[in-house]
Amino acid sequence: MNRIDQTFARLRELGETALIPFVTVGDPDVGSTVEIIKQLEQSGADLVELGVPYSDPLADGPVIQRASERALKNNITMLDCIETAAQARQAGVQLPFILFTYFNPVLQFGIERFFELIRTKEISGLIIPDLPIEEDAEVRELAEASGIYLIPLVAPTSKDRIKRIASQAKGFVYCVSSLGVTGVRSDFHAGIDEFLATVREACDVPIAVGFGISSREHVERFSALCDGVVVGSAIVRQIEDALPLLGDGSKRETGLGQIGDFVKQLKG
Amino acid sequence: MNTVPDINGRFGKFGGRYVPETLMNALLELEEAYKHYSQDPEFQEELRYLLHKYSGRPTSLYYAERLSEHLGGAKIYLKREDLNHTGAHKINNALAQGLLAKRMGKKKVIAETGAGQHGVASATVAALLGLECKVLMGEEDMARQQLNVFRMRLLGTEVVPVTSGTRTLKDACNEALRYWVSNVNDTYYILGSATGPHPYPMMVRDFQRIIGDEARQQIITDEGRLPDYVVAAVGGGSNSIGIFYPFIEDEGVRLLGVEAAGRGVHTEEHAATMTKGREGVFQGSFSYVLQDEHGQVLPAYSISAGLDYPGIGPEHAYLRDSGRAQYVPITDAEALEGLQLLSRTEGIIPALESAHAIAQTMKLAPTLDKDQIIVVSLSGRGDKDVEAIMGYLGGENNESH
Repeated sequence: MNRIDQTFARLRELGETALIPFVTVGDPDVGSTVEIIKQLEQSGADLVELGVPYSDPLADGPVIQRASERALKNNITMLDCIETAAQARQAGVQLPFILFTYFNPVLQFGIERFFELIRTKEISGLIIPDLPIEEDAEVRELAEASGIYLIPLVAPTSKDRIKRIASQAKGFVYCVSSLGVTGVRSDFHAGIDEFLATVREACDVPIAVGFGISSREHVERFSALCDGVVVGSAIVRQIEDALPLLGDGSKRETGLGQIGDFVKQLKG
Repeated sequence: MNTVPDINGRFGKFGGRYVPETLMNALLELEEAYKHYSQDPEFQEELRYLLHKYSGRPTSLYYAERLSEHLGGAKIYLKREDLNHTGAHKINNALAQGLLAKRMGKKKVIAETGAGQHGVASATVAALLGLECKVLMGEEDMARQQLNVFRMRLLGTEVVPVTSGTRTLKDACNEALRYWVSNVNDTYYILGSATGPHPYPMMVRDFQRIIGDEARQQIITDEGRLPDYVVAAVGGGSNSIGIFYPFIEDEGVRLLGVEAAGRGVHTEEHAATMTKGREGVFQGSFSYVLQDEHGQVLPAYSISAGLDYPGIGPEHAYLRDSGRAQYVPITDAEALEGLQLLSRTEGIIPALESAHAIAQTMKLAPTLDKDQIIVVSLSGRGDKDVEAIMGYLGGENNESH
């Protein structure tokens, strides 16, 4: 059974909303990422999105772009990202890993080789923000063959595409809360409640909301309407703020603790 | 005519729509609107009228006699896109997309620009049609092309500096796509090259084919036959696909795309996507891309801000793989030679982009017979580049003349 299903089933019984933080792998370095993932789990995260750094992250705002740039300065590759997940698992982390990557790095790695590798490395799900359903046939087929969930995004602008996208979703459907790129914002799309209800109706897998969620109030706002919330830029910003601490051996724990406190706050 | 792209926006294996889901409906709506208005006589008539009366089309096909004599080979004809209003071919596409935006009920438009020619064309069209316009431009390009920045502002457009990544055209395109994702409900994106997700590569080609349609007619009128070569500079590839497209079925006509080799294809400072790139997905379509082995897009470099782009339109990738067109690199230094030669033999200062096509013609013409014909797309005039050229050549010119 895919870990994503297990996690959502467990949370449903508890009546909880899944907290899904996003981290860019290799920001600031692989070792820190493993420790950050451990910290996220200990502080209440239920799944984690591992972002593969990319030079041209079209769907991302400035905070995650900067994280990508920092990781790329360390020459973090797709292989490093997949190995990081394996290392975190070896370090005892139990939560499901979802790899978030743009399509070109997968393409250059080799799609078949990519699936062969991630199947053996504890990756449970895959989000490829620039691969709409019209272009995903090959990836979908290989994902299904390897038991890895290709998690689709739906946006408020998806309209009658929602049904097509959501009905074939595995794992969960990632609902984009607002138009625009990733990033902290104060208001969400006006028709968000209705949009989430439409997605809910169209699928029989959990639904998660992401883009712009940065506080406990946001989490509470959405917990009645969905099964999970993704927190990306707000976590990456915490990591950015903690960089001087993470880079200093004696203050590393403090830095990790700050990130953990933020997650605890979100989880409530 | 050939039938690419297919319904999925594929030119063979190239093209497609690799964009965030938020944009998919906008692209489908755009495709629908384009299909409709490309068949709408009223829309076509308005576009034809503006191209004729506002921009000054048809542009002339000029026999460059002194240049031809100097090079001592083929007869060289210049398709004078530099004579268009705003000084480059970019106005053809901007007028058409501006009209389309208006027909679609959009009141706001955005555009990206490198050298500023597409930005100026979009700003011009926005002023003409009463649309609110923002142009995204890399900070570095803003510094290189101050005159065009000022021009856009004069036309009432807001120029938004792009500070991410390489601060040039590539990142202006990323930011334009990001901005469009955020404002897709009321904003039309006037994409400036034959790149990006479907339907843009097809639309931009169709809006620019007027260059080739006219040139083909004109050369038959002037010479009674088709040319042996058609030569055009390629960045994203809009002027080149525009002039190539109507000649594709003319098997005897060789199509030659000229890309920017910057400081040389043996260095890391070039924009030679066809020579050094590999297949990949970049900014919405599958084509050739300058990238490292991990799929990270590499910064491109060229003396010409309009050519320093690490991607290329998918139809060019298709033309290259099918062998219908060839693509060759020209360095900064060669382009500057081309620029000077055209200036001195014909009294025409070309844009740095077009200077690449002239430089390739300098190599090609002497190898041909005197009765052979080359048509070169002179995609834009050099006014915008004069300051930059002065920086490169100033000292040398003072000494030698």
